Amino acid sequence: MNTSVRNTALFAFVGLLILGTGIVQGWNSALLILNMGLISAIMSLGVNLQWGFAGLFNVGVMGFVALGGLAAVLVSMPPVTEAWAAGGLRVIAGLLLGAATIAAAIYARSHMTGRTRSIALLAILIGGFFLFRAVFDGGVSAVEAINPASTGYLGGLGLPILFSWPVGGLLAAGAAWIIGKTALGLRSDYLAIATLGIAEIIIALLKNEDWLARGVKNVIGLPRPVPREIDLQRDAGFVERAASLGLDPVIASTLYTKIGYAILFSIVLIILLWLAQKALNSPWGRMMRAIRDNEVAAEAMGKNVKARHLQIFILGSAICGIAGAMMTTLDGQLTPGSYQPLRFTFLVWVMVIVGGSGNNFGAVLGGLLIWWLWVQVEPLGRGLMELVTSGMADGSSLKKSLLDSAAYMRLFTMGVILLVVLRFSPRGLIPER
Amino acid sequence: MDLLNSLIVLTNFVLVPALAYGAQLAIGALGVTLIYGILRFSNFAHGDTMAFSTTITILFTWWFQSIGANFGPLPTALLALPFGIAITALLMLGTDRIVYRFYRQQKAKPVILVIVSMGVMFVMNGLVRFIIGVGDQNFADGERFIFTVREFRDWSGLEEGFGIRTTQAITVITAVIVVALLFWFLNKTRTGKSMRAFSDNEDLALLSGINPERVVMVTWLIVAALTTIAGVLYGLDKSFKPFTYFQLLLPIFAAAIVGGLGSPLGAIAGGFVIAFSEVTITYAWKKVLVYALPDGLEPSGLAQLMSTDYKFAVSFVILIIVLLFRPTGLFKGQSV
Repeated sequence: MNTSVRNTALFAFVGLLILGTGIVQGWNSALLILNMGLISAIMSLGVNLQWGFAGLFNVGVMGFVALGGLAAVLVSMPPVTEAWAAGGLRVIAGLLLGAATIAAAIYARSHMTGRTRSIALLAILIGGFFLFRAVFDGGVSAVEAINPASTGYLGGLGLPILFSWPVGGLLAAGAAWIIGKTALGLRSDYLAIATLGIAEIIIALLKNEDWLARGVKNVIGLPRPVPREIDLQRDAGFVERAASLGLDPVIASTLYTKIGYAILFSIVLIILLWLAQKALNSPWGRMMRAIRDNEVAAEAMGKNVKARHLQIFILGSAICGIAGAMMTTLDGQLTPGSYQPLRFTFLVWVMVIVGGSGNNFGAVLGGLLIWWLWVQVEPLGRGLMELVTSGMADGSSLKKSLLDSAAYMRLFTMGVILLVVLRFSPRGLIPER
Repeated sequence: MDLLNSLIVLTNFVLVPALAYGAQLAIGALGVTLIYGILRFSNFAHGDTMAFSTTITILFTWWFQSIGANFGPLPTALLALPFGIAITALLMLGTDRIVYRFYRQQKAKPVILVIVSMGVMFVMNGLVRFIIGVGDQNFADGERFIFTVREFRDWSGLEEGFGIRTTQAITVITAVIVVALLFWFLNKTRTGKSMRAFSDNEDLALLSGINPERVVMVTWLIVAALTTIAGVLYGLDKSFKPFTYFQLLLPIFAAAIVGGLGSPLGAIAGGFVIAFSEVTITYAWKKVLVYALPDGLEPSGLAQLMSTDYKFAVSFVILIIVLLFRPTGLFKGQSV
């Protein structure tokens, strides 16, 4: 079978899976899976860019996704004017002081020598830290005191939420630049640990810095790029059109919004996929793969390995940031407590490996397929467990614990899938050409 | 007198907890470092293996408790520990046989093995949750304290006191025994020497007739013992929750890398460096400073450098600093 037929067949298979879900479990859940599948596909495109093109081992995907989510809040929520008046400027001043301290320390490190340098560095860092805390803490408590039950944070810019998607990318790119500058020189598994740590720190920041995005109190009710179901149901024209199609207005409105999201997400995915394909087949893409396959030889050919790595690390992270902003837009809320490394970092890795690292279409396929599995394994597992336990007496503790354990089938299945693919088809479903 | 009081507060809230935590991290990091030295990859499944071995030990503990067996004033879990180690060892050898050996024979790149260990991590994660669920499990029993804060205060007549929990003492004592045994094994026995030789130079070791599969098997056995001990000690001291064990991966790796990956001595030093910095930076120093500083200079706030929620940030920052200035770690580890 030639490759393009095979690839089309694979995508058709995933399409059938989603269609089948629609027929068996209802179109609402099928569209739900499709929407998150599209977002997952974008995330795995980002990771594929880093791992597949450049061989960079980034296990901090969760952090960049969360930064994208933060962008959604910062762009779309209305600003809290009282909070800005109470302490907004002081918070900003504190942050600037902190940045200035670090900049001064870096300057001192590169422009001084010997013992004076150590003393100056220590003085700058310790003095700067206390100065930063003195200014920053006051501002934070002033901001958080403003109406803590509903706001207690600075709010956003009040712009349409679609703007947050590129902004999420930028925010993630900025973080990636800082991380890349410090950690990219390290060996692959050190980089892995470093990115794992960064992701945890970003989540800790989101959870604890209430002035920024309300922390674990969550920001809910983000504006939406598509009409709300409730508004559609009140719209007489919409109800009429739904009725003419023979649909219940409530169902029609939920389908309408979900299809709206699906179209938006597909547009982003297609643009990014097109760009990634262009990049892969350009001289730049060939250089990247040359660097991945033999760093020493590429360096000998005059390629700046470190700069190229930094570049692709930033690009890949930015894509994850865009996906994160899209996901928060879809959810309509930012809940820092829900970011789990297994779900947002390691699952994306399973998508890339299963789909085929180094191949953009593979990454997209992996994103859609693995997301479908991730959602469906739980009901399938429960069905399986019910079958297994059907012969047992009702109320036996073994039956109960087996039925309960179906909820954890997901992790187990994902692990087994990853191991099986790595063992028997290490290049994935759609291998790199 | 005030200075003494402040020292005692410091002991109670910083030194003793950090010592115990450091010992737990050190044993965990020893496992990571051994795998890195012999099998040459960073094992991402380490935290979840710890969770698995602790789960098994907890099950045995419950069984012992139900048949009325106990260990006097010591926690029953110590009685269950050998069983936990045995079952974990079986699991480790099984995983190696089914999963890792294939890649070893293929001479796969270390990063591939890291991804493979991610798969193992998922499976272990699922297994642990199958067996014991996601909730908190407290399985410590026996005497809670060797001496309490109140007893110390009554005995010394000072305003402040410090107590030592049984689990903290057990942790430190066990850690000393484990480390002593491990170093004796690595330095004095034939098998230990062959392990070190294998770690230093694989080709030379093979030339001199060392059986690599045997070295790998012994490594997994030792690692099984180390993970079980580290996991059970941490669980006794704090409590057992699968997700917390997954998160322990970060400080454990930080400890191993700070000490120098592949160096057992470094893993121990790294464990204590990470533990002490985490505890001192996230501790609210107010009480210590109130005693230590003369009147009028006392801090008004909590004098806490960072909130405890940022403890991961601490291990991480130390990790980065060490990597930037001493890429091979404090004790010269390997670098590939």
